[in-house]
Amino acid sequence: MEITSIIGQVQGYSVLAAGLLISFAALGTAIGFGLLGGKFLEGVARQPELGPMLMVRMFIVAGLVDAFAAISIVMGLMLFYAENNFLSSALAAARSSVGA
Amino acid sequence: MTESGMNPGKYISHHLEHLTLNLKTFTIDNNGGFWTLNLDTMLVSVIIGLSLLIIFRLAATRMQEVPGRLQNFAEILIDYVDNTVQEIFHHKATFVSSLALTIFVWIFAMNAMDLLPVDFLPSVLSIFGVPYFKSVPTADPNATFAMSLTVFALIVFFNIKAKKKLLLKEMLTFPFGIWLFPVNFLFRLIEECVKPISLALRLFGNMFAGELIFILIAILPWWIQWGPGAIWAIFHILIITLQAFLFMMLTIIYLSMAHDTH
Repeated sequence: MEITSIIGQVQGYSVLAAGLLISFAALGTAIGFGLLGGKFLEGVARQPELGPMLMVRMFIVAGLVDAFAAISIVMGLMLFYAENNFLSSALAAARSSVGA
Repeated sequence: MTESGMNPGKYISHHLEHLTLNLKTFTIDNNGGFWTLNLDTMLVSVIIGLSLLIIFRLAATRMQEVPGRLQNFAEILIDYVDNTVQEIFHHKATFVSSLALTIFVWIFAMNAMDLLPVDFLPSVLSIFGVPYFKSVPTADPNATFAMSLTVFALIVFFNIKAKKKLLLKEMLTFPFGIWLFPVNFLFRLIEECVKPISLALRLFGNMFAGELIFILIAILPWWIQWGPGAIWAIFHILIITLQAFLFMMLTIIYLSMAHDTH
């Protein structure tokens, strides 16, 4: 009975962690892209002839903004869908204690 | 999912496994520790690099007054990269353009392996008895770190070459003046060491993320796969170009920073 509650606990925390990983990454990039796009439009409205140059710069910064959020989102997705390492180590510990 | 009878967790971890060569015993297993060679990354990246070399060589040897398709394509690429380098890099160094072109084209081609169906290469090769195969070299941190450490070596080399004795003075006195030289030195060390790490992790993270999402899409039932698959593939075309471009751009910026004196 105790092992069931431990598994439940590990799974619950993993789900929370995955949710936080995905949501905060999404939140951060959303704010970043909002600022970036807004400033880009402001800049182009002020000086339309600089549009192409600003576009390239914007994409560079977009790549910078995007990159580390993608890692975080994938860590979250791995917790959701792939094998949960925390859970499997808890199960292994339980198995060894039962076997002993 | 092509292999039936595999649960999703097994399927994903099977796809995240490299084909590794143990350099101690020269067998295909995963017990080499440090002396493990990721054969799949190695093979795919070298094959892509060689074929790009041959294609560009062909374009160069068959140069004509009225350019054909291949020559036009190569010229557009070279012009574009060269213009970008001219814009950012204001010092004399002839090879920066070719370095930038190599980085851009090679990383783009390696990233583009992501657009092959996730099960295509592994299932074709499994007919010949290959247990694992990861077809995207840039989704392996070893490949991205190899490239970024090469760039790091160039940065260090150019720092020394461009500044000579001034380098030590700059490392000790910028930004806080000579009396805080330990802090200045520490700041400089951190600043330089973060460059290769962020370069490598950015590329790796994006490609790994893209690949994993393709794998997750492949778990869905077959009749719905095309929808999210098509959407993600179209979005991914943007990402692979952007990341290749970013790696090239940051390399040029870092090299030009190595030339600038404060």
